[in-house]
Amino acid sequence: MGRSPLKWWLKTERGQLVFLEGLGSCLDVVFGQEQREEDVSDLRALFTFVQAALAPVDGDAWQGRVLLLDELGVLLSLGAAPVAVLDFVHYCRVAVCSRLQGNIVVLVHSNEDSGDKENELLVTALSHHSDLILWAEGLATGFCKDVHGQLKIIRRTSLRPGGERDSLQLYQYKIQERNVAFFARGMSAAVL
Amino acid sequence: MAARAGGEAVPAARGRGGAPSFQRKGPPGGSRLAAIAGTRPAVRHGQLLLSTGLPSLDSVLGWCGAGSEEDKYGVYSHLLFKYFLAEGVVCGHDLFVASAKELPTSILKELPAPLLDNCRNEVGEEAAAVKSEDDSMQIAWRYQNLPKMEVNFDISLVSVRIFSLYVTLSARKLKFCVFFLNIAISSILKCVVKHFLLANSNMNCGYARLLQSIQKIIYQEGFDGSHPQKKQKNILRIGIQSLGSMLWDDDICCTENPENAHSITKFLYVLRGLLRKSLSACIITVPAHLIQNKAIMERVTNLSDVVVGLESFIGSERETNPLYKDYHGLIHVRQIPRLNCLICDVSDTKDLAFRLKRKQFTIEWVQDNYLRQERNIYPPGFSYLLKQKDSAWGEGSLQHSTFLMSFLAKGMGFPFFQLKLLLKEGFVLIKTGMLRDDSLRCSHTAV
Repeated sequence: MGRSPLKWWLKTERGQLVFLEGLGSCLDVVFGQEQREEDVSDLRALFTFVQAALAPVDGDAWQGRVLLLDELGVLLSLGAAPVAVLDFVHYCRVAVCSRLQGNIVVLVHSNEDSGDKENELLVTALSHHSDLILWAEGLATGFCKDVHGQLKIIRRTSLRPGGERDSLQLYQYKIQERNVAFFARGMSAAVL
Repeated sequence: MAARAGGEAVPAARGRGGAPSFQRKGPPGGSRLAAIAGTRPAVRHGQLLLSTGLPSLDSVLGWCGAGSEEDKYGVYSHLLFKYFLAEGVVCGHDLFVASAKELPTSILKELPAPLLDNCRNEVGEEAAAVKSEDDSMQIAWRYQNLPKMEVNFDISLVSVRIFSLYVTLSARKLKFCVFFLNIAISSILKCVVKHFLLANSNMNCGYARLLQSIQKIIYQEGFDGSHPQKKQKNILRIGIQSLGSMLWDDDICCTENPENAHSITKFLYVLRGLLRKSLSACIITVPAHLIQNKAIMERVTNLSDVVVGLESFIGSERETNPLYKDYHGLIHVRQIPRLNCLICDVSDTKDLAFRLKRKQFTIEWVQDNYLRQERNIYPPGFSYLLKQKDSAWGEGSLQHSTFLMSFLAKGMGFPFFQLKLLLKEGFVLIKTGMLRDDSLRCSHTAV
């Protein structure tokens, strides 16, 4: 698996986007004046924040909620155990998917010969629980100017009652400056 | 001596008009672009770019950020480190040098000075002569279509500086701050510092002190915009040497399961946050060959904007390989930044080597010997993965497999296939493919 360089742009009008930027907030934590309590090994505080941010407010007409988690691997780098991260995701699923009928989108990075066992564990566990997997990776043949990679879309229909097999779709893509062009395999603009 | 970068776009090897030979820095500018010496605004992304000090490295990376792996003996990474700092000095940027190995002031004394104009003309003539030779050379048609890496520099770009390694910067008024970790003191202070500094994490106290020091400088000197009226805006170039080595009191280089495996990643994360909020750029050298836990290196790579690996030939078999006789090592670009846009300028050339000539350090494109045969046969734009299970084999077996591959490829008309060749005791896995037509996909065939 390679990188998924896509970013989602959301409208920020009317307070529809709540953005927690870890990089900025960590500076307050690290260089702040107040003393923090003993460090806890789980991500409860983060979950509390998520819950509070997504709580329905009286009078709003939001149809659905989406929680975007950009790069769970960073949580591992910061010292969280994989189990703690998985617990956090589980709690979020209960809160967002079951109670609020929303969706969660999680981004993880992975490498084929990765030596990072914890990350691989996280990725495997998450892919088992996901309803839809978007797997972006580079081409097996190596670098190419016109086709930057391929995208596998795996719909986990096997999780639903009925027990059908997962459906798999393959597309290739080329990343432009502010856009990504998708096309069927072999149909790159450079080739046609 | 503030050298203003030219406003014209430089066509680099990739043929783009953008602003390829400079690098990004700091927070997105807006109206503040182009007001700081030694930088060039990237109009596309609203970022300020700065140079590493090596024009050839600029054209490879396209952007800046943090990170460089150290080569085995630390010789060449130290050079890149010094180039970065020297460029800063010449542009009038402020410097922050941190080291646990040698006194930062002695590093600063050894910074290379830029070559003077008459020397540059000499080198320029050399480069021009080389170019004309290449054009007239009759080479295989495949090679002609391969991208030519821009060697050295483009002499029409006025603001490019070439640093000479024999001449050091004279004792001019350098505005710099230093951080030298004295290991004896740190072991005494360890328990004390841990309680105060970062109660929510157990970062190594050497790193914690370094972070505090950097943050203090950024705040006091106003790099994060906190004292807007105080002085003219400038850039802070931070250099940190040998992060992760034992001299920083970190044990990731000693054992595979270190006690504080997360120290370095936490440090990098917080440092990144600091850099994003201020007008600064950082170069860090890391002794990757000493870090035994691969997971840590992967995480460090993920947390950096730019990662360049230096593999020197000193002490390896490649030193005597005639192909590499002109070069001193290979450069592996492991990560390029994607800031404020989906994709950045990616260089087409992937096999890069560096050499240390008398006066300068250059990066050039070189073909790996083992891929040479395939490049003769297949069109450019593809690279081929040859994995050897048994490393005792020499070139002979690879040539054998190459012959087989070409034979099969010609016969099957370039399909997408995967072969496992069983040769002698081990096996060679070859993966190749073609974009146009993969309908002829066949599964493993034992030969």
